[in-house]
Amino acid sequence: MKTTLMATTFAATLAGSLFLAPLAQAVEYTQVQADKSSVQFNYQQMGVKMDGRFRKFSSQLNFDPAKPTAARASFDIELASVDTGSSEADQEVAGKPWFNSAAFPVARFVSTGVKPLGNNRYEVAGKLTIKGKSQDLSFPASFAAQGAGDKGGVVGGVFEGGFTLRRADFSIGEGSWAKFDIVANDVGIKFRIAVQGK
Amino acid sequence: MNPTLTQVSPAPAGYTATAKVLHWLLALLLFALIGLGFYMHDLPLSPEKLQLYSWHKWAGVSAFLLAAIRLGWRLTHRPPALPASMSAAQRLAAHVGHLGLYVLMLAIPLSGWLMSSAKGFQTVWFGILPLPDLVAKDKALGELLATLHLGLNLALLALLAGHIGASLKHHFIDRDDILTRMLPDRRPQA
Repeated sequence: MKTTLMATTFAATLAGSLFLAPLAQAVEYTQVQADKSSVQFNYQQMGVKMDGRFRKFSSQLNFDPAKPTAARASFDIELASVDTGSSEADQEVAGKPWFNSAAFPVARFVSTGVKPLGNNRYEVAGKLTIKGKSQDLSFPASFAAQGAGDKGGVVGGVFEGGFTLRRADFSIGEGSWAKFDIVANDVGIKFRIAVQGK
Repeated sequence: MNPTLTQVSPAPAGYTATAKVLHWLLALLLFALIGLGFYMHDLPLSPEKLQLYSWHKWAGVSAFLLAAIRLGWRLTHRPPALPASMSAAQRLAAHVGHLGLYVLMLAIPLSGWLMSSAKGFQTVWFGILPLPDLVAKDKALGELLATLHLGLNLALLALLAGHIGASLKHHFIDRDDILTRMLPDRRPQA
């Protein structure tokens, strides 16, 4: 009985690894799951930590863990979908002195290079464009695979990372908002992108 | 504080200098806070509005601390006796009114603090000392607490009208020392 069980387990494991190994190698993550992804920001307002998020964004992504340097990513955020926690502030921030989302509806990030740092961590370089102004930046990001291989179904994973931008570099908050005594210059951006492989 | 002691020893002739300073500091602060509160609420969003809100919150926390100190002082320092000419009903009204003022001086800043947390704006005293958020961000709760904050302030305004009206009545009609004994330098402090 015991021997039979062991043999079966062994056979199953062997079959499993034979079957799964090539599949795992071949996974390329391209399907972004918007409902499981998020883009958040945080800043300081007269010493008070504030945060918010964007409701609408889209992303194109190609990432093969076996060939990270070939990875490409682009990210579009609909600036008018900003959620600061108050509708009055949402309208203000979408308006001319801040995002001017009527003229510049989208903030765009396009990657120019991905460098593996080891341990599923990567240095992502790219160009960020907001309100007609572009800036090169690079930031660390991590990738955690969330395999569902045992079901023979889809394989997923989550990218997480963040960086700090200076709002003045993109003229976000002009005129009476331009000084940093009320709303600080530094804005932290944190993203979480859930992807599926194929 | 000790009821037995209070009944046996005679009431002091006047208020302590500390009691007077706390009274007038809070009087100034409360009127400034109420005026600022109504003014800033209707402003369109601007850096000035955010600045005024921060100042209002800093002053509100300060008012709460002063009110707490004042309550502690009141509980440990017996006030001068009310004039013998006052009826039992008047004495009761005075005590209830003063109790209400103390309750509101503490409850209004508390309601403002909770409202700020519920609306997602943490209170950071003078931009340095963060007060914990006792309630989580919750839009409906924030609006409820805003209504409570307003209602408590309207009650405070009504009580203050009674407080000031009564003190003027005591001064100009009854011609007793109720108003003047809260004024500075009436007599050397014990």
